[in-house]
Amino acid sequence: MPELSYLEAIRQALWQEMKRDERVFLLGEDIGRYGGAFGLTHGMLDEFGEERVRETPISEATIVATAIGASLLGMRPVAEIMFMDFILLALDQMVNQAAKMHFMFGGRTSVPMVVRMPGGSGSGAASQHSQSLESVLMHFPGLIVINPSTPYDAKGLMLSAIRNPNPVCFVEHKILYKTKGEVPEDDYTIPIGVAEIKRPGRDITVVANNIMVIKTIHVAEKLSKEGIEVEVIDPRTLLPLDTKTIIDSVARTGRLLVVHEACQTGGWAGEVIASVVGSPAFDYIDAPVRRLGGKDIPIPYNRGLEMAAVPQEAEIEQEIRALVGGKI
Amino acid sequence: MSDDNGKGAEKDIGSREQFEEMVKRLELSDNSLIGLYRTMCTIRHFEYMADKLYAAGKVHGTMHLSAGQEAVAAGISQAVRPDDYLINHHRGHGHFIAKGADINMMMAEFLGKDTGYNHGRGGSMHIADFQSNNLGANGIVGGGIPQAVGVGLALKMQKRKEICICIFGDGAANEGVFHEAMNMAALWNLPVLYICENNKYGMSMDVEHAVAKLPIAQRADAYGIPWACVDGNDVVEVYEAMKTAADHVRAGKGPYFVETITYRYFGHSKSDRNLYRSKEEIEDWKRNRDPIMRFTKHLLQSEILDEGQAQEIDTQAEQVIVKAVEYAEASPEPDISTLMEYVYA
Ligand SMILES: Cc1ncc(C[n+]2csc(CCOP(=O)(O)OP(=O)(O)O)c2C)c(N)n1
Repeated sequence: MPELSYLEAIRQALWQEMKRDERVFLLGEDIGRYGGAFGLTHGMLDEFGEERVRETPISEATIVATAIGASLLGMRPVAEIMFMDFILLALDQMVNQAAKMHFMFGGRTSVPMVVRMPGGSGSGAASQHSQSLESVLMHFPGLIVINPSTPYDAKGLMLSAIRNPNPVCFVEHKILYKTKGEVPEDDYTIPIGVAEIKRPGRDITVVANNIMVIKTIHVAEKLSKEGIEVEVIDPRTLLPLDTKTIIDSVARTGRLLVVHEACQTGGWAGEVIASVVGSPAFDYIDAPVRRLGGKDIPIPYNRGLEMAAVPQEAEIEQEIRALVGGKI
Repeated sequence: MSDDNGKGAEKDIGSREQFEEMVKRLELSDNSLIGLYRTMCTIRHFEYMADKLYAAGKVHGTMHLSAGQEAVAAGISQAVRPDDYLINHHRGHGHFIAKGADINMMMAEFLGKDTGYNHGRGGSMHIADFQSNNLGANGIVGGGIPQAVGVGLALKMQKRKEICICIFGDGAANEGVFHEAMNMAALWNLPVLYICENNKYGMSMDVEHAVAKLPIAQRADAYGIPWACVDGNDVVEVYEAMKTAADHVRAGKGPYFVETITYRYFGHSKSDRNLYRSKEEIEDWKRNRDPIMRFTKHLLQSEILDEGQAQEIDTQAEQVIVKAVEYAEASPEPDISTLMEYVYA
């Protein structure tokens, strides 16, 4: 199977879907000749032309609004918000408009659009270009929030996102762009709202998203050599959240840790934990349930500070050891 | 630009000859003129009925009434096609009626009934009718202005002949997205007709205190968009401006901007006690510049209608509204068991 990077996998999904469905078009800042701030749409202008790879002024609210308006007329827009942080400028359109239209209008219309947005820290981009705002977005019924961790998932989820009739926030992680993985050339989709057990294990369930999935798998492989078997679950979609897969897993392992880069306070880990402790899996819980989120600070610039602001492998390992060893 | 002073004597409506010359030039048939009159009467009755229902405690939420502004809605709809797209704002009843919305379904929505346009999920502020390309009102001031860019873009990409009409108030013109949208609509030469319904006030803030340079429409110059500012209480003048604008937009020449100077009679919404304007001012507009009164005078003067016929049309319009209330009141409430429906498509 061909190896592609996470970035290439997303590009391939967009490319193939634009070939397949002429209603699909891209819009965003600098997505043409420049190829987007991360080069994701590189080459697409030449292939599809200015009409379908539509460069916009720096007007985030109107980029999202344009996607909304076009989707109401049957188009399938995929908008790029250069950095996830900038979605805050378009939050009215995303939340007050797109998320509510199907409901507010009594089910008589829908907003089939995708808004791509790279989030996450690790690139030295500092406080206004490094946030993980997925927990914020999952607070709004009507939105779908997708958050892939691998190239394979990224392509399959992107194809599902474009074909879905609802507004989708497709949250990418900028540090994952270069990670490689096997990605089939053909058309395949991954269902929205379905978590995946990335690694089975009997001793503890760790739920993590995007880059934290990769880190947790590293830790799990290491601990496996010592006989500690970690079950790693990637929700893949944060809204709607597949709590069933998580609850079933905790009922088996009896332990739960949730890891994410988003600031801990108000982060989605709280949602997962509340779902689990309020479920019948409660009877099987053998240890305190824990979360390991980003520190409650803006992301700092300095490399050391930046790394210290979000969970790293050493801390994930420490948490798992403590929980499995009965030390918490 | 029109005289928008609003004080003093009754507005001179001009001579019979002037009116007839204008109507002839614009090729407005008697039927069209009577249609405009009927639309305006229907809107007026809808709004007064809405107010009455509210006073009777039958309305759960809020409303934004457009009595006094009927000529704008009627004039627009006469100038555009029924399948053109409409993006409306919160003060939208009149525009929906003029676009031909089902008044029973509007009233049912207003009363929160399951038979309403939105199955009782939206209320007055969110009425929409996707089957007739009416993309809805908006509770966020200015929220629809940038969406019109998307509608215009889709129309252009799909090589269609319809245009997008986007209506908003003077207050909305001060939202940031207004400028983003004007720029993009002009940049991409989109088929969007922007209409700023300047009724002199936002909620209470008058335009003179909110807009650095009037008329609002001249902002279009900054984006190379042609514009006009007209007397929004003269339905034929509104029609003429909208026709010119719509023809321009439909010909593929890009967006057009029309500002209409008008006045709302009721308070901003249900909670308004009119502390920011005088009774005299309101009375002056009602007595001296009322759009229906002015138009009726023309119709009588030019013998397009006689008193009896005018009265009859008005009574018929009232009946439509009374029937709509009966329909709405007899309609079922949405079943609570359907609460979780319509969140996702
Ligand atoms: C973004 C936003 N800000 C404020 C409000 C509250 N509000 C509702 S209508 C209104 C006045 C709007 O004025 P204008 O656009 O001139 O329309 P009008 O009500 O005069 O028809 C205000 C302040 C709102 N709904 N949305």
